[in-house]
Amino acid sequence: MAMNKGTVVGINGNMVSVKVDDDVSLNEVAYIVLGETRVKSEVIRIKNGIVSMQAFEMTGGIGVGDLVEFTGEMLSVELGPGLLGKVYDGLQNPLPELAEKCGFFLERGEYLKALPRATYEFTPSVKKGDVLRPAEMFGSVPEGIFDHKIMVPFSLKPDDYVVKSIVKKGEYSNDETIAVLTDSDKKDHDLTMIFTWPVKKAIDLYEERLKPVDPMITKTRLIDTFFPIAKGGTFCIPGPFGAGKTVLQQGTARNAEVDIVIIAACGERAGEVVETLKEFPELLDPRTGKPLMERTIIICNTSSMPVAAREASVYTAVTLAEYYREMGLDVLLLADSTSRWAQAMREMSGRLEEIPGEESFPAYLESVIASFYERAGVVRLNDGSIGSVTIGGTVSPAGGNFEEPVTQATLKVVGAFLGLSRERSDARKYPAIQPLESWSKYKGVLDDKMVENTRGVLFRGDEVNQMMKVVGEEGTSLNDYVIFQKSEMLDAVYLQQNGFDPVDSSVSVERQKYIFRKLFTILGSEYALESKDAARGYFNQIRQKFLDWNGCQWGSDAFSMQEKELDNLLNEKFISLSSENEKILG
Amino acid sequence: MQKVYTKIDSIAGNVITVAADGVKNQDLAVVSSKHGESLASVIKLDGKVVSLQVFAGGRGVSTGDTVRFLGYPMQVSFSENLMGRIFDGSGKPRDNGPALTDNMIPIGGPSVNPAKRILASKMIRTGIPMIDVFNTLVESQKLPIFSVSGEPYNEMLSRIAMQAEVDLIILGGMGLKFDDYLLFKESLEKGGAMSRTIFFVHTASDPTVECMLVPDISLAVAEQFALQGKRVLVLLTDMTNFADSLKEIAITMDQVPSNRGYPGDLYSSLASRYEKAVDFEGAGSVTILGVTTMPGDDVTHPVPDNTGYITEGQYYLKNGRIEPFGSLSRLKQLVNKDTRDDHRTLMDGMIKLYAAFKEALEKKSMGFQMSDWDSKLLEYGTLFEQNMMDLAVNIPLEKALDSGWEILAKCFTPDETGIRSELIMKYWPKKD
Repeated sequence: MAMNKGTVVGINGNMVSVKVDDDVSLNEVAYIVLGETRVKSEVIRIKNGIVSMQAFEMTGGIGVGDLVEFTGEMLSVELGPGLLGKVYDGLQNPLPELAEKCGFFLERGEYLKALPRATYEFTPSVKKGDVLRPAEMFGSVPEGIFDHKIMVPFSLKPDDYVVKSIVKKGEYSNDETIAVLTDSDKKDHDLTMIFTWPVKKAIDLYEERLKPVDPMITKTRLIDTFFPIAKGGTFCIPGPFGAGKTVLQQGTARNAEVDIVIIAACGERAGEVVETLKEFPELLDPRTGKPLMERTIIICNTSSMPVAAREASVYTAVTLAEYYREMGLDVLLLADSTSRWAQAMREMSGRLEEIPGEESFPAYLESVIASFYERAGVVRLNDGSIGSVTIGGTVSPAGGNFEEPVTQATLKVVGAFLGLSRERSDARKYPAIQPLESWSKYKGVLDDKMVENTRGVLFRGDEVNQMMKVVGEEGTSLNDYVIFQKSEMLDAVYLQQNGFDPVDSSVSVERQKYIFRKLFTILGSEYALESKDAARGYFNQIRQKFLDWNGCQWGSDAFSMQEKELDNLLNEKFISLSSENEKILG
Repeated sequence: MQKVYTKIDSIAGNVITVAADGVKNQDLAVVSSKHGESLASVIKLDGKVVSLQVFAGGRGVSTGDTVRFLGYPMQVSFSENLMGRIFDGSGKPRDNGPALTDNMIPIGGPSVNPAKRILASKMIRTGIPMIDVFNTLVESQKLPIFSVSGEPYNEMLSRIAMQAEVDLIILGGMGLKFDDYLLFKESLEKGGAMSRTIFFVHTASDPTVECMLVPDISLAVAEQFALQGKRVLVLLTDMTNFADSLKEIAITMDQVPSNRGYPGDLYSSLASRYEKAVDFEGAGSVTILGVTTMPGDDVTHPVPDNTGYITEGQYYLKNGRIEPFGSLSRLKQLVNKDTRDDHRTLMDGMIKLYAAFKEALEKKSMGFQMSDWDSKLLEYGTLFEQNMMDLAVNIPLEKALDSGWEILAKCFTPDETGIRSELIMKYWPKKD
């Protein structure tokens, strides 16, 4: 087939208009030819015979009349063994390899293979004559801690394929033919370990989609206990700048109990990606004892990198996540930040001169955001195993105001909302998740009644605090003051968590259950306190003991000793436990 | 091949259009009118219609003026000869010195590969306790000063420029008042720092387009020096003017505005400039300290808001002082562990006490009873503001830490400070 060609007729920012004679499809990839350099771009609109393309790189030096070559293919990613531990840009160019080739800068028109040639030990799982369908596995290679399933390409049309030949167990290169399948029209298909898939199409080769119920443990108390996230669910973290969105995401990426973490650094600071890049190879995954980097893929399209590739980067990330889900793995995708992605859409929409919606975001903003989050989910695969993709996106609302289009569109579709507040981060209360406004629709690991009751203490404490601002401490009753002190203590010892402390930074579920029970008892108990000063002093003491307890290794001697000290302190003034709390404790 | 066109089709604001062939996006052109020559750059191509922004502005340009395309994009000369010189936003000398044309480099080049960046690790000393002690400036950081107009931000910048331990300072002035330009010039000359400084200055009366070029031209030069191993500090004042000039051009070009008239790509435009801050492995570094004036002291205004999401912290300048709350240096953790062992603890301890002072102050103003503790806090707060926050205080970090201990000792007993006992033993001032 002769390559379809066109010529440039106009340039506006990163939008290039092209005149073509032959057929062109939407989302097709094309290259603008500038001598030796080829600039990748994507077709985003076809109108009156003029094709509008967004260029993934800077458009300086392009002129009217320049040649454009169309590839006939949609923007795709390569899928196969070797993705784990990689650092890609939004178009799946491996950045470290690019650095080796080009040095400090991201030169225009340099594209490298996402999966460089390598050999893997392939173990076939089918034999000649077996019948396969797309996405069924025909062998595996070891990758990191698990077996990477080699599957029939998803892009083959649904059909029964007969295995015509398959190689024996052994070392093979990833671009070598390892199996040949024959379809029902007697046409042969050569398979390698690698195939491609268009990023903007969801991978839907599974038996059925299930309801997300299993909690995904993040080891952050505030999330696991109060605002749990389910495997296969979605959550968003909106917050003003400096409230700790990225730090919370980084912590989640470190501690989440999933098989694979994919980080999409979308339009954010390069420095933060560097922190992850330098840290993750050093840190060990407590579940496997291997460096965290081995279960991580980083898609990094930082703020100074071209805008169109930023839009592509979240799709690249979610496609990789779906690919690993097809192997029956639990994958967590963290997108930081979806606002930058939405802004990339806005920029393009503006150049296309579309009629703007609210804050000049395009009218299709909501549906695009919804369809992105809908790519999360738990699925039962054709072989009966279960895999999941959990999506967490940060949102950077303009002015920290959640009433803006991106936050609102996101809130409509996610299952959990972890809103960060400037007030809490200014007061150095980390993680700065606002406990009164956040919510989650998923079921947690702790007893619901206990959690509900404890949140009640927070609400009442907040009421008392508001009142006290008007009438002063002297105008508040002792009872109310004690509630206020209790909620303050709850905040300090349970909601806040020291991300820099080796023990406190990640808290296991068992530990959460254990200390939460203790906390619940304290909150429901009446103590012999004769004055406000006594109350403040006493709860300060409890707080100190509890914080020290939080710093003790789970199950260590220090842990039980500290607990005993805490108990002694509590017994000093203990009067009775409220009947309601007693009933819930059982 | 240089083509000359003599028919300008439209002139709107600073943007002109001309029908031309073979023109490349972002190329330069010379527009010659009877008022003189000006550079212009291609910003849009639509068939034969080429839109150019004229650096000197559209005023006085006639439809019959000539446009000559140069066939290359905006460039700036780069050599040691730049040191101590003053240029305008398009790279023309402002100081009666010779124009520089050797070793031209393009501006607005590609971004640094994140895989080639290294973690920041070196502190920049400024002699200002609120920066050195509480929000340390780190090499390769990008940090804006958020300020209300009228605050002495330019005085602060020129002080930092003189005291900062860096090899080279590049000052990018945008919409600078002429007085402020003279202030920078005089104070750097007086301080003897002029020989290691390069100015790219756009004053308020200069054409808008040149304002837009200042960050790119300053950062392109900074980047080249950094690649040669120099530690470069780039001062950009004031980035709000830069954003306003982006707005002006965008609206002239009939772009759909997104928020308060600013173009939709404001975030990307600011980010591509700030992200030039970098520490090159095996070479030098670029640190950016910018000024962002907040119209109406409103931090949610699009310019400070977008800036806050891009930069690694910010300094809040208010009432002539750097506010401890709201100011933040995201990278301080990377360096303050290696300065002195009491640095972090003292920093946190003093800020917590200052926060308690603010509460006590509020209580006092509401007319509630003052306890002994409250009175101690009030005394502490006053001393803290005088000896730490006042911008006139100019002492090295170690002296500032010592002074912090003295303030604590004057107001509190050791156990009231919440500081670990071993540090108290080591640093608490002894009574003679």
